Amino acid sequence: MSLLDKLDAVAAARKALLPEGLEVFGTPIEEVYSATEARVGDRRILFLGTNNYLGLTFAPECLQAAHEALDKEGTGTTGSRMANGSYSGHRALEREFADFYHCHSGIVFTTGYQANLAMISGLAGAGDVVLIDGDSHASIYDGCRLSGAEIIRFRHNDVADMEKRLRRLGERSRSTLIVAEGIYSMLGDQAPLAEIVSIKNAYNSILLLDEAHSLGVLGKTGQGLVEETGLIDGVDFITGTFSKSLGSIGGYCVSNHPQLDQLRYISRPYIFTASPSPATIASARAALKLLRDGTELRRQLWQNSRQLYARLKALGYQLGPQPGPVIANILDSPQQALMLWKGLLDHGIYVNLILPPAAPEGKALVRCSVSAAHTSEQMDHVGDVFAELRKSIFQ
Amino acid sequence: MATDYNDILLRLCFHLKQFTSPDVIIIPETDLINELAIDSVKLLNLVMEIEDEFDISVPLNALADVQTVHDLANLIHHIKSAK
Ligand SMILES: Cc1ncc(COP(=O)(O)O)c(C=O)c1O
Repeated sequence: MSLLDKLDAVAAARKALLPEGLEVFGTPIEEVYSATEARVGDRRILFLGTNNYLGLTFAPECLQAAHEALDKEGTGTTGSRMANGSYSGHRALEREFADFYHCHSGIVFTTGYQANLAMISGLAGAGDVVLIDGDSHASIYDGCRLSGAEIIRFRHNDVADMEKRLRRLGERSRSTLIVAEGIYSMLGDQAPLAEIVSIKNAYNSILLLDEAHSLGVLGKTGQGLVEETGLIDGVDFITGTFSKSLGSIGGYCVSNHPQLDQLRYISRPYIFTASPSPATIASARAALKLLRDGTELRRQLWQNSRQLYARLKALGYQLGPQPGPVIANILDSPQQALMLWKGLLDHGIYVNLILPPAAPEGKALVRCSVSAAHTSEQMDHVGDVFAELRKSIFQ
Repeated sequence: MATDYNDILLRLCFHLKQFTSPDVIIIPETDLINELAIDSVKLLNLVMEIEDEFDISVPLNALADVQTVHDLANLIHHIKSAK
C-alpha cells in the first residue's frame, strides 16, 4: 500500500462510521460568546465538552494580563526556551508553579503534551522501563515511545496488577518510571494514589503524576490529587497543562528533585520547539492566582458535577465510576454514541464524542465536561435533554 | 524450567480463541491483525493476558515485529527462556 493509499483507507474507515456532513471531529466553532456559550453553524450552543473547568477563559484579570504582555512583548517569542525564548514571564511562572506546589523547582513547556513527552523521554531511556496505566493519555504513550524505554502497561487503576508487573521486573524496578494521572481524561476517575505511592516506594521506582485534569479541580488550593490526598511527598514529578483549568495553553512539571533542571539540556520536546507566547504566559500566571484562591469556583464546579452525574445516573446512563467534572457516558456501540452526540447538538449542547480506538476497551463515549461557569439551571436543562434522548434513542 | 515452544503455542491459541469468533481456525501462520482482526487496542489487552499467563514482562516495543501467531509465540518463548 502506498503512503497515500493508507490515508485513503483511513478516510474510508471514517466514512463508514460517520454520516456524511456531520462534523463530529473538529466541529467548526464560528463565534465564542463566553466560557460556556458559542455558535456552531447558526445555532447557539452550550459548551459541555471543553476542559474549561474553572471557566477562566474570559476572566478579566487574565484578559488584561494577556493584553499587556501582547503590547509589551509582542505576539510570539520566535524561539526555544533554550535560546531566545526564556522571557521574564516564563521564568516567573516557573517559580510561581514551584511555590504553588511548595516544591524545589518547576519547568514550563509549550504544551502539556510536550511536558509529558519531555519528562518521560528525559527521565527514561533505552534499558529502563516505563510502567503506565492502560488508560493513559496519548501524550504519555508517545513520551514512552520517544524515550526508547521498555513499555509495560497495567490494568487501569488496578494496583494489584501494577504491583505484579513491578515484581516481575525484579531489580529493574529500580530503573522504572511509573506514570499515572490525577483524574483520567476519558472516564473521569481518580488514581488510587496512596497505594501507588506505597508500592513505588517498596520497589524503589520513580513516580510521575499527570495532574492535567485535576489541577484546579482537586485539593484545597487546587494542586490536584496530590493535595486532595496529602501525598505530594510521595510523588517524584508532577506534570500538568495550562490548557484546561488555567484556560491558556502550555505545560509544566514541578519536583523536589534538583535533577529536574537537567532536563532543560537533554529533553528534545523542551529544546526543539518555541516557547509559549508572552500573552499565553501572562494569562496563565493570572489564572494560576485565581485558581489558587478559587475555593468558590471549585465549590461551584463540584456542585455542578455532582448534580449532573446524579441525574444521568438516575436516568440509567452507564457512567464512569466516580463523579467529577469529567462525566463519561459509556455506550455499547459507536452508532448509539453518535446518535446521542447528534441529539445533544440538535438541542444546542456540545459534548465530546470518543470512538474506538480512542475509547478505553473498545467502547464509545459521550464525554461531558462540567465547568464552574455553568449554572445549576443549565445542568438541569442538560439533564432534561438527556432524559428526552434516552427515550428516543434507547427505547 | 524452559517451557517448550509447542506448549506456549497451545496456550497462546487458547487465549486467542477468546478474542475471536469460535469458528476461526488458528494456525501458527495466522495473521493476528488481518485474519483474527486483533486491532491495536485488543493486542495491548492481549499482551497483559499473556504476561499473566506466562508470568513474564512483554514490553510493547517488542510487538513491532509481531505479525503472526508464530511471531508472538516465538517472542514469548524468547522472553521465557531468557529469564
Ligand atoms: C491527561 C492529559 N495529559 C496531557 C494532556 C495534554 O495537554 P495539552 O492540551 O496542554 O497539550 C491532556 C490533554 O488533552 C490530557 O488529557
